[in-house]
Amino acid sequence: MSLRDFGPNELVYLLLAARWTILLALIAFAGGGVIGLVIAGLRVAPIRILRWLAGGYIQFFMGTPILIQLFMAYYGASFLGFRPDPWVAAALTFSLNGAAFFGEIFRGAIQSISRGQWEASTALGFRFVSTLRLVIIPQAVRLMLPPTVGFMVQVVKTTSVASLIGLTELARAATQINTVTFQPVLVFGTVSLIYFALCWPLSLLSQHLERRLATGSALKVPKPLMLAA
Amino acid sequence: MQTALQFGPIFIHFDRLLLGLWQTLQLSVLSIVFGTLIGGLGAVGRSFGPRWVSWSVAAYVELIRNTPLLIQLYFVFFSLPLFGLKLSSNVAAIVALSIHLGAYVTEILRAGIEAVPKGQIEAAKALGLSRYRIIRHVVIVPAVRAVYPSLSAQFILQLMGTSIVGAIAAEELTAIANNLVMQTFRSFEVYILIAAIYFVVVQTASLVLAALGRLLFRWKV
Repeated sequence: MSLRDFGPNELVYLLLAARWTILLALIAFAGGGVIGLVIAGLRVAPIRILRWLAGGYIQFFMGTPILIQLFMAYYGASFLGFRPDPWVAAALTFSLNGAAFFGEIFRGAIQSISRGQWEASTALGFRFVSTLRLVIIPQAVRLMLPPTVGFMVQVVKTTSVASLIGLTELARAATQINTVTFQPVLVFGTVSLIYFALCWPLSLLSQHLERRLATGSALKVPKPLMLAA
Repeated sequence: MQTALQFGPIFIHFDRLLLGLWQTLQLSVLSIVFGTLIGGLGAVGRSFGPRWVSWSVAAYVELIRNTPLLIQLYFVFFSLPLFGLKLSSNVAAIVALSIHLGAYVTEILRAGIEAVPKGQIEAAKALGLSRYRIIRHVVIVPAVRAVYPSLSAQFILQLMGTSIVGAIAAEELTAIANNLVMQTFRSFEVYILIAAIYFVVVQTASLVLAALGRLLFRWKV
């Protein structure tokens, strides 16, 4: 019936494909983290139009499915005359999408720091960016940490959607192996376990950090609405 | 090289986009209803059930929340026929989406139940309420009210999550969009339009859920 059985070779193929899942998640994390910091900064900026722009950015990326965003990046490239490349489209989309969520997480943490800190900095002659960088963010980091790690779980899982624009990572490798072996329980069971092995430690770490960092402080970062998971 | 966006060739097929939107809404509403039922049972089992029920529910929640929806879709779609359950793509999608949402709803409701102050339950016991009435009126209703915002956010995520069920050949808005791309070759325009449709639907759904929340929980504590 099937072309071949699910054996050690297939397992190795899946494990190797998981590299690309990890790589894409790391790109999304790095890109999304940096852009997200800028978005968070804009969201609390003293100029209304900047807050408004950052808000629109977040609304768009949180209010449309990431698959559609991926398709837009992929086909948008060819519309602009570039050759569409799944990796470029995926790296771009996951970074920009991640930035919206990171932006909301960071903003929540930044706004949890009391206004007195801002006023004190202003009194000492700090400008907006210096206040943010030297006074507010160092205090906000411990509040950002648990939801940031928690969002990493989302990122790892969501990279599977990139398989639908033809990027060969773990989910696409799974469908390939399933097509030749037709042992779906084994194939998707194994792949689930690989994803689980990547995500569960991050979930536990996030919960641990939440308990640990919450002690001794009444502050709690409100989770962004879309991140209610 | 084309330089201008052309939406004309897509608007001819507006009826199909409407059909896709209708299918997306069906998938969302059905899976939200079933998922919430699963989540309700799960949360009660997790918080009030015997230890083996509580642990089984916890395992279910952790397993689902730490694996991608896409893999869950594939698993349901390809594995169930082996056990003699031949499901159409759309039914398989609803099954997978419901199981998926059920885990998140379980976790959200459990958090809500745990947040109910112990004193409130003790007060209810002191007043002589039965166990059933305590669980229902003193724990579950306030818990649901407390987590309603998280719950609606999860429902919105579910609505957007249905966009990937085209991967198992289920029919909905994104799958129709992919077909339109092959027919019209206006890929970028199609996805811009689809993104706009999703955006409007998501914003509308948020408003509807918020209004529903005000309606359901309008009394004061």
